[in-house]
Amino acid sequence: MQKLFVSSSPHLRSGTGVRSIMLDVIIALAPALVASVILFGLRALAVTAVSVGAAVLAEYLSRKIMKRPNSIGDLSAVVTGMLLAFNLPVSIPLWIAALGSAIAIVVVKQFFGGIGQNFVNPALAGRIILMVSFPAQMTKWTMPLTSWSGVDAVTTATPLGILNEGGGEALPPLLDLFFGVRGGCLGETCAVALLLGGVYLVARRVINPIIPLCYVGTAALLSLAFGLDPLMQILSGGLLLGAIFMATDYATSPLTNWGKVIFGVGCGVLTMVIRQFGSLPEGVSFSIVLMNILVPYIERLTRPVPFGEGAQQ
Amino acid sequence: MAKGKLLHTFTKGIVKENPVLRLVLGTCPTLAVTTMAENGLWMGMAATLVLLGSNVVISLTRRVIPDKVRIPAFITIIAGFVTLVQMLVKAYTPEVNDKLGIYLPLIVVNCIILARAEMFASKNKVLPSILDALGMGVGFTAALVLMGSIRELLGSGSLFGVPITSGFIDPMIVMILPAGGFFVFAILIVLANKLSGDGKKAALGCAGCPSAAHCPNAETGGCEEKKEGEQ
Repeated sequence: MQKLFVSSSPHLRSGTGVRSIMLDVIIALAPALVASVILFGLRALAVTAVSVGAAVLAEYLSRKIMKRPNSIGDLSAVVTGMLLAFNLPVSIPLWIAALGSAIAIVVVKQFFGGIGQNFVNPALAGRIILMVSFPAQMTKWTMPLTSWSGVDAVTTATPLGILNEGGGEALPPLLDLFFGVRGGCLGETCAVALLLGGVYLVARRVINPIIPLCYVGTAALLSLAFGLDPLMQILSGGLLLGAIFMATDYATSPLTNWGKVIFGVGCGVLTMVIRQFGSLPEGVSFSIVLMNILVPYIERLTRPVPFGEGAQQ
Repeated sequence: MAKGKLLHTFTKGIVKENPVLRLVLGTCPTLAVTTMAENGLWMGMAATLVLLGSNVVISLTRRVIPDKVRIPAFITIIAGFVTLVQMLVKAYTPEVNDKLGIYLPLIVVNCIILARAEMFASKNKVLPSILDALGMGVGFTAALVLMGSIRELLGSGSLFGVPITSGFIDPMIVMILPAGGFFVFAILIVLANKLSGDGKKAALGCAGCPSAAHCPNAETGGCEEKKEGEQ
């Protein structure tokens, strides 16, 4: 009699869960981590380790204090820590990196109910709080490839910083931008590594390519409209890191396809408007966080009509 | 009125019915002036003075003021005391006037003072009204000083203007910006709820409202607006 089971659907499960998705994201972030170590030296690894460690510890302790089940096993804190580290300059004091991780996990994620309940991307909100709190340390850019030559640290400007200042220093050639040989946050510079991770995530169906494509496409079109070099705009700043890894966060991006289009285009418009007209050279984190806040409204606008109900109107 | 009840009239304003953290009144000055502990102290003292004066006068005139024009009458009395306090501050401590700026005259529209006039002073005798004003004033001042201390310590590395950690830890500038004010405010509200609750899950509606005791609508469904046609 054991051969006949009666149960409600779903009857087949894929085995995909938060843990396997987060593991895929970590694998996709690995090339960028390797690139950051090559470009900025072993300190990049130290910043990432501290940031990840602090994120996991903060997740464990806050869940424990709030008497909720332990959730560090789903690896989402590891991803948040890695993403935050990738958004920091390599010269950042380690305690600031740890503080940023703790704020991202405790204030932005756990205060709102844990994974899936956060209203903005925790890593980006952590970065913005650090950016506003420690503007000097957060904008000290190190010249890539100098840490292996024995020179202590050579500071440089980011390509967008150079553009914002209006000339003076020469912009790095596009090929350098593609391989990440430029000033910037430790994980955002190497475009080829980020694209590799993005292709892996799309191939594994972890992310849907609509948001990154709309984001990057809008940014490219607008830079043409503003009379800027679109390739240069795409390859500089945190645009690729943001579009591939942070704008696609499940909890803070729309579910519907049209919603994803609106979300991606909105991110692109805001980023280019901040870059072109704002006082800050870069606006990826602010634009994604602003669009995160709009997601409930976007979803209400694009709610699909249930089958059979559309004809009545 | 029994002695215990009088004491309760004073102490309820400190934690259980703390005007800022439990009743969520007067949040504008709370967020705006608490970038430094000292500002919070001055703001709290100025508001307490106004509250004391207005509660006494409104309690004394509660039988004279017609019900239909009570709000304009209350506001006039409150504005009179605010003008007095502002003139005193300008005359004797001009540097406090510079620090509080527009928020000093804005005490006129501070919800705490009007709320206490409406909910308490206009229904009670003078002595309980004085105690209510003092309790609410102490609660307001304590909340402001606490919030100001946290924000000043983290945001500027000092306390009451005395440098403490600014020498060896970089201060977090966000704490003295509005965003940091909201963070600290939210966390203090959580703490106040925890301290004044009985450990159970918070009740919803009138049962969980700290003002229910004074609310005329508490028995008839409370503050929820009645839809048209409904009884």
